[in-house]
Amino acid sequence: MKKASFIAIAATATVMATSATAGTLDDVKAKGFIQCGVTTGLAGFAAPDNDGKWQGFDVDFCRSMSAAIFGDPDKVKYTPTTAKERFTALQSGEIDVLARNTTWTLSRDVNLGFEFVGVNYYDGQGFMVRKSLGVKSALELDGARVCLQSGTTTELNLADYFTANGMKYDSVLFDTADEVREAYMQDTCDVYTTDQSGLYAQRSVIANPEEHIVLPEIISKEPLGPLVRHGDNQWGDIARWTLNAMIATEEHNITSANAADLLANTKNPGIQRILGKSGDLGEQLGLDKAFAYNIVTMVGNYGESFSKHLGEGTPLNIARGLNAQWNKGGILYSPPMR
Amino acid sequence: MAIVKTERHPDMPPPVSQTGVIGWMRENLFSTPLNIVLTVVSIYIAYSALSGLISYAFINANFAGETRDDCTGTGACWVFIKARFGQNMYGFYPVEDRWRVDVGYILGAIGLFMVLSDWFKNKKWAAIYMFAIYPIVCYFLFYGGTFGLTQVETSEWGGLFLTLVLASVSIFVALPLGIVLALGRRSEMPVVRLLCVGFIELIRGVPLITVLFMASVMLPLFLPEGVNFDKLVRALVGMSLFSAAYMAEVVRGGLQAIPKGQMEAANSLGLGYWKAMGLIILPQALKISIPSIVNTFIGLFKDTTLVLIIGLLDLLSVVKAGTTDKEWLGMATEGYVFVAAVFWVFCFGMSRYSIWLENKLHTGHKR
Repeated sequence: MKKASFIAIAATATVMATSATAGTLDDVKAKGFIQCGVTTGLAGFAAPDNDGKWQGFDVDFCRSMSAAIFGDPDKVKYTPTTAKERFTALQSGEIDVLARNTTWTLSRDVNLGFEFVGVNYYDGQGFMVRKSLGVKSALELDGARVCLQSGTTTELNLADYFTANGMKYDSVLFDTADEVREAYMQDTCDVYTTDQSGLYAQRSVIANPEEHIVLPEIISKEPLGPLVRHGDNQWGDIARWTLNAMIATEEHNITSANAADLLANTKNPGIQRILGKSGDLGEQLGLDKAFAYNIVTMVGNYGESFSKHLGEGTPLNIARGLNAQWNKGGILYSPPMR
Repeated sequence: MAIVKTERHPDMPPPVSQTGVIGWMRENLFSTPLNIVLTVVSIYIAYSALSGLISYAFINANFAGETRDDCTGTGACWVFIKARFGQNMYGFYPVEDRWRVDVGYILGAIGLFMVLSDWFKNKKWAAIYMFAIYPIVCYFLFYGGTFGLTQVETSEWGGLFLTLVLASVSIFVALPLGIVLALGRRSEMPVVRLLCVGFIELIRGVPLITVLFMASVMLPLFLPEGVNFDKLVRALVGMSLFSAAYMAEVVRGGLQAIPKGQMEAANSLGLGYWKAMGLIILPQALKISIPSIVNTFIGLFKDTTLVLIIGLLDLLSVVKAGTTDKEWLGMATEGYVFVAAVFWVFCFGMSRYSIWLENKLHTGHKR
């Protein structure tokens, strides 16, 4: 708590000292690349591949911004950031945008002086158990031994949930996710709890993934999204509508494969507007009118990116769940692009 | 006629049970019942520990292949290390420019050989090469931007290369700075002494992780936006100052072990402070501090892994990042074993060199 307020004071001081730093877009165009903050490695979201190229769902957001601004998805430089220094890196201008599966909270949005541009992944804390246990719901976990990582909000959420439902549990704490997984594998505990995306990632690693299930209950809200600094609304708008363009193109069934065809032939005015054939949406943002077309052809729409890095067919095998489009049972919803 | 043998009977070899391997084993391993028991128990423990390790790391391990699917055995999947070897060694340094790092290694090896070995006699030129020319050459070689070399941002440096840069820069800065601080702490000039004591105690009083955090998290907030020191430079300054403070105390220990008479004798010969220090006191003090100095170096080398927390991808963290690649999930054990082996090689090398140096400089004063 003290630390948070200290950072806040320091941040405020910085913001006051350097207020109204407009023109991030001009700076980015002048230097020729976007400096994008990512994790130091999180399966599916951002990790270096064999050739040292960063790949992942969060990385695709950075590449989309690059496609929107430069018409080239590879004009991005990545700064690996840890959980602790990510905010300073953004505040100090070391990075232009932070796409580091960061939970959107009020104090981060307001007190730290950031602007979350949307949610690119709805996460939440869940539970994984062995199928042989026969448990179908988290409400049947009374008296269970729960393995979890120490020093995270996971611990607090777990305590809240079990107390609220009048259940008892024994928590078994470990320092890293790998240790938690090993302990769970060796039956030190019955239940493994962390964010659901993490559970899927860990399940993909263990010997017989099909013997374990992730329970349906989600006990906390973790809306993860990219963020930019306060004070430069144009830059914030570009980031926000880059994300929305990824979501909207999926909603309109525009994919990297059919975008060129749609641009030439479609009669649908909504699709024409998104792809820049009519209207001036791109110009309003200070970008090329084909910005969404560039995003979808060079990186792909939201669904393509999701299935490439997280979805079924990848080792993570995460179901769309909450992250499905609003008309397909999820809560993914882009405001209209018009 | 007495039968007297005039020539000497030839010496017989000692009984088989007292020489060679058998004799050694009888004497050292099976001399008493207690020793027999201890030997058998030790062999059992070593066997049960090593057999698992060897079958994991060699017998059942997978060496051939390109992807995770090639790892079918039950042991380690070294394919993971092989496939990402370049990344583990050089980080994100562009593949076509990695020869520059190799050239830097070779030049450094030549310099180290000239400075450290007995074969090269002219130590003055060796020192000038190693401490003045080599660092400048390395800067231009690694960072580039001039002489037709493309610029490689420090954010692209990583892996073992970054670990070595961090360790060697900190060591090169820490030793001279530590000696100066140690002399300053023993100085009779109050301002100098206070400054040195203050610096040493301040830095030694906080953990390295705090220094790194301060350098990477707090410092940028106090600077105006846009004014950014390179993250690597910040880490290097932090680590160098930190290790200099420790080095100062090590050297001070050596200085205090030199009898007062040495300084008095030097003064009576007409040597001034610096000459007496440089010719009489420091050579002796540094010699007796070698084990502690190398100890500090080894500690420092291993401490470089802490830069993970400020987002620099050194050897350990680049391997860790590799284990989160969705193509290579679950390779954490292989990664850690590999990193441990690399670190062991370097630290063991430093340790052997220090033992060799101690023996070389041994002048009969050892107690």
